[in-house]
Amino acid sequence: MSPHARLALTVGGLAALLVAVAAAALFVGSAAISPGAVIDAVTGRAAPASVESVVTRAIRLPRIAVAALAGAALAVAGVAFQALTRNPLAEPSVLGVSGGAAFGVVIGQSFGLGLTVPEAMGLTGLAFAGALLAAAAVYAIAAAGRGTIQIQTLLLAGVIVGIFFSAAITVIISLLDVNRLGGVIYWLLGNLAPIPPGALGLFAILLAVGFGLVLSHARELNLLALGEESAQQLGVNAERLKLTIFAGAALLTASVVAFAGPIGFVGLIVPHLLRMLLGPDNRLLVPTALVGGATFLLVADTLARNVVAPAELSVGVITSFCGAPFFVYLLRTRYRGTL
Amino acid sequence: MRATEPGRTSLRPPTECRGLAAPAPVTPPLVEFRSVGFGYPASARHRARPFRLAGLSFAIAPGEIVGVIGPNSSGKTTLIRLLTRVLEPVEGEIALEGERLQSWGRAELARRVAVVPQGVPRELPFTVRELVLMGRYPHAPGRFFENPADVAAARSAMEATGVLDLAPVPLAALGGGETQRAVIARALAQEPRLLVLDEPTAHLDLRYQVETAALVRRLNRERGVTILLVSHDLNLAAQVSDRLLLLAEGGLVRLGAPEDVLDETLLADIYGCDVRVESNSATSRPTVWVPYTTDASPRRAER
Repeated sequence: MSPHARLALTVGGLAALLVAVAAAALFVGSAAISPGAVIDAVTGRAAPASVESVVTRAIRLPRIAVAALAGAALAVAGVAFQALTRNPLAEPSVLGVSGGAAFGVVIGQSFGLGLTVPEAMGLTGLAFAGALLAAAAVYAIAAAGRGTIQIQTLLLAGVIVGIFFSAAITVIISLLDVNRLGGVIYWLLGNLAPIPPGALGLFAILLAVGFGLVLSHARELNLLALGEESAQQLGVNAERLKLTIFAGAALLTASVVAFAGPIGFVGLIVPHLLRMLLGPDNRLLVPTALVGGATFLLVADTLARNVVAPAELSVGVITSFCGAPFFVYLLRTRYRGTL
Repeated sequence: MRATEPGRTSLRPPTECRGLAAPAPVTPPLVEFRSVGFGYPASARHRARPFRLAGLSFAIAPGEIVGVIGPNSSGKTTLIRLLTRVLEPVEGEIALEGERLQSWGRAELARRVAVVPQGVPRELPFTVRELVLMGRYPHAPGRFFENPADVAAARSAMEATGVLDLAPVPLAALGGGETQRAVIARALAQEPRLLVLDEPTAHLDLRYQVETAALVRRLNRERGVTILLVSHDLNLAAQVSDRLLLLAEGGLVRLGAPEDVLDETLLADIYGCDVRVESNSATSRPTVWVPYTTDASPRRAER
């Protein structure tokens, strides 16, 4: 089968799954609303101020959108970081990049930044700065004095930077006004909450930019797997490629952290599942990670909303419960030889 | 007009007399180093003495096979990196097809010069076909998927090195000789004028060393590819090359026909041990061997 056909088939299949999951997610939730009422609300036949309409249109729909956008961004960022570090276990939260972005967001929140469009831009900017800072720190620690980065060094550096930023976040939280505390904690747990349409639009634009940067360099990322020198000798400007992908992946991570909170392991689980299906070609992985990541996080969030209803779990809990054992499994089986 | 197209049977210009002494470069050289100097930034941790390459001048004519030999840290790898713009010279200049190397774009350069590295990174997850198709990148860096012409070029490259049957096999499942041929096919897919082989037999058994030597000669003959063979293996270089370029401590020691460069006294001095050179009765090329009877020769005077 030609690569075009495989790509079209996989993206098509995943997109159909995403639509089905999104539709299902619209019908379930802690408020008992009949399927008929949901359809009425979505199609605009229910009264705008009715409980059914508010729950469906102002809570469930935006939350589905946030989950899909966040999942897509995290999975694409995962593929990008894995190609960039030539390390299959790299991922925004494992690398400490999410932690750096979270630190930026907490600083913004402590100054009262919310989710109106200009404030959300400020939050994302701070998250982006934090993500870049964390990634640069991890890189500096892991690459110190050597050209190549070993898997274990990179993972350790990521853990250390993550611990540092979580301590820094704790400091800020300790100094925080009690009234703001609840919101920050709720966000910090990795809780998907409906966000206003303006912020949702901004999130979608940032995702599109980050995705575009990574996708347009997918072929070069394959060549980077041969090593930097070989990639250069094949015509790739390796320095520029690394900076572009670094910026794109940091932007994706930062926007997720700003709009949805730090959610771990999506960037590890989704790309690995897709690799089992499609192989290592980044030209297939990047676009399918977009759709697959959206589907995965939407499923996880729908579970989070419903397993302990009427209470809610945070989606970060679900992804970590899945991700941590998955990470251990990968360590013990596939990458045993490299550690 | 280019002297040799990367087609099958090439019409050779009469200057390229094989097997004889250095062909006089009547046709413009494909590659020319003019007083090239390079030094890695001083780093106390890595080397006691910082490595320097100085005053390196030579030319490679289209169609010839040049072997680059020399002891460790004599500058062989640096030469490849300079030639492929991974490093830039500090002094002098390098010309490709008569034009300064700095004026070539990376992809443009990769369509002329292809490097066969010593292998592929461990755990590289791609198949042979995927690896070989990577060689098509410089022909259309903006193209997302390879087109049918790319696929045909990759197929022809795999045929030339005998790995077509292995196309769907993951690289991790290949033996050393097969990996080597897959990597050479990737470089051929670039359709280069100059093929640079970096220690092509470093990790290979004898049989594959012989195969590699034969493959290199066949590619040169049938595809008209100019070859720069960088190797520790003096005998491989002597058997395959039209001319040898002997480097030591970052400088050119001698350039010429194998029988002129492989001189017992010279080699003993450069390598610091007793070396014997005889003529290979089968190929009438020089063969180098080491008696292993004494410790390092006292002949290596303090330089």
